[in-house]
Amino acid sequence: VKDSMRGLAVFISDIRNCKSKEAEEKRINKELANIRSKFKGDKALDGYQKKKYVCKLLFIFLLGNDIDFGHMEAVNLLNSNKYTEKQIGYLFISVLISENNELMRLVQQNLKNDLASRNPVHVNLALECIANIGSKEMAEMFAPEIPKLLVMGDAGDTVKQSAALCLLKLFRTAPEMVPIGDWTSRVIHLLNDQHMGVVTAAVSLIEALVKRNPDDFKGCVSLSISRLARIVTSSYTDLQDYTYYFVPAPWLSVKLLRLLQNYPPPEDTTVRNRLAECLETILNKAVEPPKSKKVQHSNAKNAVLFEAISLIIHMDSDPSLLVRACSQLGQFLSNRETNLRYLALESMCLLATSEFSHDAVKRHQETVVTALKSERDVSVRQRAVDLLYAMCDRSNAEEIVGEMLTYLETADYSIRGELVLKIAILAEKYASDYTWYVDTILNLIRLAGDFVSEEVWYRVIQIVINREDVQAYAAKTVFEALEAPACHENMVKVGGYILGEFGNLIAGDARSSPSTQFQLLHGKFHLCSPPTRALLLSAYIKLVNLFPEIREDIIAVLESDANLRNSNVEIQQRASEYLSLARNSTQDVLATVLEEMPPFPERESSILAQLRKKKPAVEDAIRARGEKQQQRPASGAADGAAASAAPTAATPTSGGGGGVKLQGDIAGAESNTDSDLLGLDFGGSAPAAAAGGGGAGGGSVDLLSSILDVGVSSSSSSSAAPSAASGASAQRKTVVVGAGASGSIVGEENWHKFVCKNSGVLYENDILQVGVKCDYQQSSGRIVVYYGNKTPAPLAQFASVINLPDSSLTNQLGIQVKPVGDRVGASEQVNEVITVDCMAEFSACPLLNIRFVYSGVAQSITLKLPLTINKFMQSSEMDSATFFQHWKQLSQPEQECQKIFQAKFPMDAETTKTKILGFGFSLLSNIDSNPANFVGAGIVQTKSGNIGSLFRLEPNQQAQMYRLTVHSIKPGVSKRLCELLETQI
Amino acid sequence: MCSFLEWKELKIVYKRYASLYFCCAIEQQDNELLCLEVIHRYVELLDKYFGSVCELDIIFNFEKAYFMLDEFILGGEVQETSKKNVLKAIAAQDLLQEDSNEPKSVLEDLGLANIASALSS
Repeated sequence: VKDSMRGLAVFISDIRNCKSKEAEEKRINKELANIRSKFKGDKALDGYQKKKYVCKLLFIFLLGNDIDFGHMEAVNLLNSNKYTEKQIGYLFISVLISENNELMRLVQQNLKNDLASRNPVHVNLALECIANIGSKEMAEMFAPEIPKLLVMGDAGDTVKQSAALCLLKLFRTAPEMVPIGDWTSRVIHLLNDQHMGVVTAAVSLIEALVKRNPDDFKGCVSLSISRLARIVTSSYTDLQDYTYYFVPAPWLSVKLLRLLQNYPPPEDTTVRNRLAECLETILNKAVEPPKSKKVQHSNAKNAVLFEAISLIIHMDSDPSLLVRACSQLGQFLSNRETNLRYLALESMCLLATSEFSHDAVKRHQETVVTALKSERDVSVRQRAVDLLYAMCDRSNAEEIVGEMLTYLETADYSIRGELVLKIAILAEKYASDYTWYVDTILNLIRLAGDFVSEEVWYRVIQIVINREDVQAYAAKTVFEALEAPACHENMVKVGGYILGEFGNLIAGDARSSPSTQFQLLHGKFHLCSPPTRALLLSAYIKLVNLFPEIREDIIAVLESDANLRNSNVEIQQRASEYLSLARNSTQDVLATVLEEMPPFPERESSILAQLRKKKPAVEDAIRARGEKQQQRPASGAADGAAASAAPTAATPTSGGGGGVKLQGDIAGAESNTDSDLLGLDFGGSAPAAAAGGGGAGGGSVDLLSSILDVGVSSSSSSSAAPSAASGASAQRKTVVVGAGASGSIVGEENWHKFVCKNSGVLYENDILQVGVKCDYQQSSGRIVVYYGNKTPAPLAQFASVINLPDSSLTNQLGIQVKPVGDRVGASEQVNEVITVDCMAEFSACPLLNIRFVYSGVAQSITLKLPLTINKFMQSSEMDSATFFQHWKQLSQPEQECQKIFQAKFPMDAETTKTKILGFGFSLLSNIDSNPANFVGAGIVQTKSGNIGSLFRLEPNQQAQMYRLTVHSIKPGVSKRLCELLETQI
Repeated sequence: MCSFLEWKELKIVYKRYASLYFCCAIEQQDNELLCLEVIHRYVELLDKYFGSVCELDIIFNFEKAYFMLDEFILGGEVQETSKKNVLKAIAAQDLLQEDSNEPKSVLEDLGLANIASALSS
């Protein structure tokens, strides 16, 4: 070892000899002062000294101290001709200078010089520095240059290696900066390079590039397979230094196997067979006696094996390979190496989702359960839980859920939350007997109440409410659970809710008489938090309805100061409202207001969303594999929708006193409920979506819908931006962006008429009539505006300007105007043609400002242009199955918009149909179980992609109200369509 | 004990060699076993270069440890797995070192004997 910075060694030695933290600090400060004075001093430092001090600063930094000077000196070192000085300069910069430091420009200049150097070691230093920092600016500056170094014939091997990985780093930082060029095929051919190190580096780059442009790189598949074949069949002496503990080129093999996981199985039979042979060879080697006892040998060998298994699972096409992979993993499950057991459990998790190997995986259930119970390492136990979850199906659900529940009692706190979610999901998904489901969830709450999230107990209530056959059992079970001396608050919540709804079903039994039920609940009241107390108050008022005989007891609780004057507003309000309801209402009113909850609309469990939040990777992996496990982000979290719907629902029926509010409150206490619970009865009690979508019958949930694909694509709107912008600038005179609208907007009523039709009078006064005629084709439209002069005198200085009140419209709409002349003669009509391209979805409305001079007086009129998003919508026909599939896929909270509103026009079905068709939606029959409801679909066409949208309109003749629900891929679109349609009916 | 643990979106792969501790953060789809061998290969490189590496070598020659890492791994990916090639590159760097007028190891110079080999296999 040769080194020369003696001063540095002495300094490090001094630091190490310090007896206390203070002494160390003192020594460091002394050194910092010394270096500072040297840097500032009059005496010019030579390169060696600069290098030494910069290195000391770096060491001080690595000890955890801030360094606020010396950066300039480090940058100076880059100019040095001496390699080691340059090298230390680059090291300091890579470790210590942040990418937005002002010195970066200087650094980049030096990098540029060194990249152009004829000395390969300098080029390499620059490449390494760029790869270590990899900032966006560097990507801009260097990404176009580096491919040359990579494919240039005369560049040395080490330069090629560094260039490949440097480019990879820049590609990861800013993929758009890395050019797609004619070098593609030459990069692919690096797979054939003689130098194994070059291939090793290049494969990593290719693997990243492939993800951007799989087709351009398709050629790499057969090349990789040939290369892989050469490696796996070589003897360990062939590859010399690339053989690692008797394993030929494990790093390169793994990278090649990874690369192949970006493609489907090769179509060409020869190539496919060749790959299959490689994989078989790898599997065969696994069972051969080891060539060495060293762990490095087995690790490297198994690393290749696991990657091969990943590829087999990825291709998911060769049953015999899948089964072999599974049996190999099965052997690892009982290997004495903990690492192998961990990896085997992990890989099996993926195998479990392939239909070919699901059953083979299930054979290992017992071993996995044992692992859950006896593994000493929590990471391994965690993997066992994941695998049990993945291998669970109807046949083994009770057993697996039982094991998980047992494990829950002793499980590490860190994984309990996730375990609870998994149990809840499996119990629901595979319940054939719902008493089992109820037992399981209540057990969950009993065993791990603190880890049971809101979603879990919401869900059990939704299911009990939707399944009549389990209600009495649930009431009995919660009653018994509440009898325990200590029970979790979540149990009180479930108990309160269920007894409030179904307490009557067990009231016949003297052990659970009405007053016992009430006393039991109220016994927990004082131990609970305010939200639970509020829920219990709702339960009490429900009990008043179920059991008039305990009314007085409940009134006593409601009117006690502890509730009626509680400092918590929610409790206070409920107490006072329920009190007057209990005191003043007849039994009929009570029965109506406090009626049993209607069934919940079928929807996917929000628990899944929770789980995915916790374990995105695993869930995604599982989801990506087999359709059996596919889940979409749950729609359940419609908190916002429920919350915002509550006041709307309460207002129209205010005649009912606190009644509607009460139901709203119970729903509100359960933020996951749908607004179906809000007390407005919309005829068909079980919404059509339930019947159509559920499939598995009333209470069960379809967890399996696939990821959204409405047969429409939506790409980013960014591509549309430039053309829209140029359009705007070309038409500077006629299209103005910003809130420059002069005068207030007139003619709003007429504007509304244009939502469902395309021609008519937009505005009229004594002087001017403005008529509009438009037609739309896909994402383009043509609006002809007719200006009619009603007077016998000409309109002078006539001009019209399109005003975009919202600057985002510039990117959303491309508007071109063919302007009119500046004069409209007496009783003359002129027209102006506006062409519109819809670049992306939009909500705001462009304004049309008209100015002219009439009898010497300047006039200005601002109208809203009748241009709304629905104009670009094409109606779409589909069958019931497709409709429900899309409906469910588009039910994330932001994709769904629901409004409940008073009818604005007479509720005539035929008129409504005409309006809906004019609006742009199709009308689909035989979809909704209630024939009075309207459902349909449309596709909004924009230059940046199509936006599928679905709607459902439920009229309530009695209340003269509608409920309108729109689902759309794009959040803003559902809202806008909902707003627009609301004004029309 | 298992050498892998999950941490946020990443996996930590760790291994201890006597007084040297190594850990890598890798992504979900990366190969854990091979990562252990990345650590091992790096230890081998250090060992070969310093001759029975111990933590003092790394402390006193931290910049060398960095340079060697850059030759072996770049941008998070393995660049060169051949021990010979990496050591050759480092040796070439050392040749470029101008004033090597201190032939002896700095450690010896300071009277610090090498601590027992940390490399176990």
